[in-house]
Amino acid sequence: MSSLSSSSVAGRDIVALEGVTKRFPGIVANDSVDLSIRPGEVHVLLGENGAGKSTLIGMLSGLQQPDEGRILVDGKPTPITSPRHALALGIGTVFQHMMLVPTLTVAENLLLGGPWWQRPRTEELAARVAEITSTLGITVKLHAKVSELSLGEQQQVEILRAMVRNSRLLILDESTSMLTPKGIDELGALMRRLVEQGLAIVFITHKLKEAAAFGDRISVLKLGRKVGEIPPERFRALGEQEIVSEIVELMFGKQKDDPEAVERPVRTARAGTAPLLQVADLTVAPTDNAPGLSSISFDIRPGEILGIAGIDGNGQKQLAEALAGQRAATSGSVRLDGAAIETLSVGDRRRRGLRYLTDDRLGEGTVGTFPVSINFFLKQVGAAPFWRNGVEQRAEIDKRAAQLVREYDVRTPSLKTPVARLSGGNIQKVLLARELAEGAKVVIFNKPTYGLDLANTLASRQRIRDTAARGLAVLLISTDLEELLGMCDRIAVIANGALVGTVENADDARTKVGRLMIGLAA
Amino acid sequence: MTGLFSEVFLSALLFGAVTAAIPLLLAGLGEQISEKAGVLNIGIEGMMLAGAYLGFVGAFYSGSLWLGFLTGAAGGVSVAVVMALLCVRIGLNQIVIGIALTLGLEGLTALLHHFQFSRSYPRLPAADATVIPLLSDIPVIGPAFFKHHLIVYLAVALVFGMGYIYRRTQLGLNLQAAGDKPAALDVAGIDVVQTRTIAVLTTGALAGLGGAYLANVGAGLFIPFITNGAGFLGIVLAMLARGRPVWVLFGALLFGVCLSLTTAMQVAGINIPTDIIQMLPFLAVMIMLVLFGRRASLPAALGIPYERGAR
Repeated sequence: MSSLSSSSVAGRDIVALEGVTKRFPGIVANDSVDLSIRPGEVHVLLGENGAGKSTLIGMLSGLQQPDEGRILVDGKPTPITSPRHALALGIGTVFQHMMLVPTLTVAENLLLGGPWWQRPRTEELAARVAEITSTLGITVKLHAKVSELSLGEQQQVEILRAMVRNSRLLILDESTSMLTPKGIDELGALMRRLVEQGLAIVFITHKLKEAAAFGDRISVLKLGRKVGEIPPERFRALGEQEIVSEIVELMFGKQKDDPEAVERPVRTARAGTAPLLQVADLTVAPTDNAPGLSSISFDIRPGEILGIAGIDGNGQKQLAEALAGQRAATSGSVRLDGAAIETLSVGDRRRRGLRYLTDDRLGEGTVGTFPVSINFFLKQVGAAPFWRNGVEQRAEIDKRAAQLVREYDVRTPSLKTPVARLSGGNIQKVLLARELAEGAKVVIFNKPTYGLDLANTLASRQRIRDTAARGLAVLLISTDLEELLGMCDRIAVIANGALVGTVENADDARTKVGRLMIGLAA
Repeated sequence: MTGLFSEVFLSALLFGAVTAAIPLLLAGLGEQISEKAGVLNIGIEGMMLAGAYLGFVGAFYSGSLWLGFLTGAAGGVSVAVVMALLCVRIGLNQIVIGIALTLGLEGLTALLHHFQFSRSYPRLPAADATVIPLLSDIPVIGPAFFKHHLIVYLAVALVFGMGYIYRRTQLGLNLQAAGDKPAALDVAGIDVVQTRTIAVLTTGALAGLGGAYLANVGAGLFIPFITNGAGFLGIVLAMLARGRPVWVLFGALLFGVCLSLTTAMQVAGINIPTDIIQMLPFLAVMIMLVLFGRRASLPAALGIPYERGAR
């Protein structure tokens, strides 16, 4: 393949969007968007959850049709009618959710889509794959079942599939959201090699740093509109920090600095007050697919945020569930405000003021098909004033729900909208509103900002700080070390179901926590 | 008890087992292809009934068994067309439509039969057997397995044909993807609706053929409700076979033995109430479900209509 420099082909769009608008019931997903996609360029589409990125991709890949405007391919107006048509035009897409059949092998997945009367051309494929992988510097196990591959490997298979089909334009939709930091760097390098071969790439993300690090051109989407673009010339002239602040300006129009860097408020340690939550020797037996807990002990005082750091899957969820009463503990004591609660049921613990915000927002957190209003009161079903003698008091529920929607800034078309239709950030707000409602004393947050976009992440963090400031005790479980360092008073590190150390969140906390996490003593 | 284990008895028992197994085998293979593609085909009992009735009518008026098989398969396909339209194309609930088709066809075939033959049940002449030389001379096994109508051998050959399609062809890949991850098939440029339609129509043809065999060869006549749950047994077989045609064959033979035992024990005059003997096949279903039910693995998208771009 000849490597085309970006300058020799500049000015020729492979695909261009002109005034494309797409409406769904209740929302305008894309509002008159213009976009030009050129060979040899990584074009970053940046935007928050719900900015309309996925809809734009749906139209480029033939899954959806624009309501207004047109799509030009090689300068000619071309309606992209189906995924097959998109592939024929040379547009390959790697979707946010893996589009591989888990029960088939890698080779079979790559062969999918051939004419049905043909025998799968395995040898031909192997040769083609070898040719492509050698120029890209990746390795792919052709005969492994897809379900046995890591997410990063699956993604490489999807990129490879687009290449096998001679794509000229590769669309990567939120491709870094499930990758490890190392995987993200590898993907960045791979994209660079691909554009050097003359490919055009559209890279969708909501992470500013990735946009600045991997992009040649950045388009910023906000609520379905394109609010700005940084062309390559300007991109090269600016430093990474300047790009980030320019994007932030475009997206939020207020903050100048990296919005995630927040000054940690110095709270006066309330050493004198009695702990609100006291956990001693809490032990949970391990199960087949989850680690147990071995004699966990800690105290949290009113107004204090205790962080639990650690690599995911080391017993964080078990700890949260054991405290909330959802998982049986074999021994140990849990005291809330001095009273033992370890024998109480989930409901009784909640009534005493222990609240648990699950990380599984749609699974155990909400009932997706129920309206937003009922989801606010899921844990009070049957209780007055929302239910009387077993009958739902619609007016009472709607009144209070409307109040909570305002108070917590839940963006929902109506109170009756099924909660699963909301974005992740808004579902989290519903959960926050429910768990922080009257009577809360101790709140457990499990990965409260996981999968949220920046604005919602910041809002959730502020909500947690406010909770502590009201004098509640907060247990904050997170895999994001920055988040813990930015918010906690103390940070405990969990590894293999045991707390391996607790660190005061002072200046050297980062190093100490880091050492604990990789198994060294603080 | 004399003669229960005599050669003649044993080979008659096994011969009956094969005859009883063939409709189950065809239904199971048919159901399997639908399920592989993600369509739970509860209407298969109705497709078998349509096949049994039209197959019988075809054979009765033409005098040709083969023409009967053809009309039977066509009958199954015509029911499958309705299923494909409603469940695959429009995306209605597969269970509701399946039950409706089965109940509807039970009534319709009984009614048509009544109009045509009133209360008489005309018989077809016994089917010609294709005797396989040499093999049919083996004691017990020979007369049991190698003196059947040609369609029996074709049905067994179909087991291996299906296995080949599933494992070695592009069509097999497409079918499996349609059941396990239809969205992946769609973005690979293959029409999911079309793939599933092909699967459902094939199911109709196989189920109709099975019904025609049941009426024309197995019984030699048509009576209302003749399938008596054979289609539902086919669904059980397909679910337990984990996508492998050869397991459908084994399962069908096992059920066939149970069904055949029912008749054989009555003939042998064993002193057990007939009600208990007639329970045998269904007891076998329950035992098999208890033993292997947990290991049944079904396609991830089974029963879920595919809609492009749905969130």
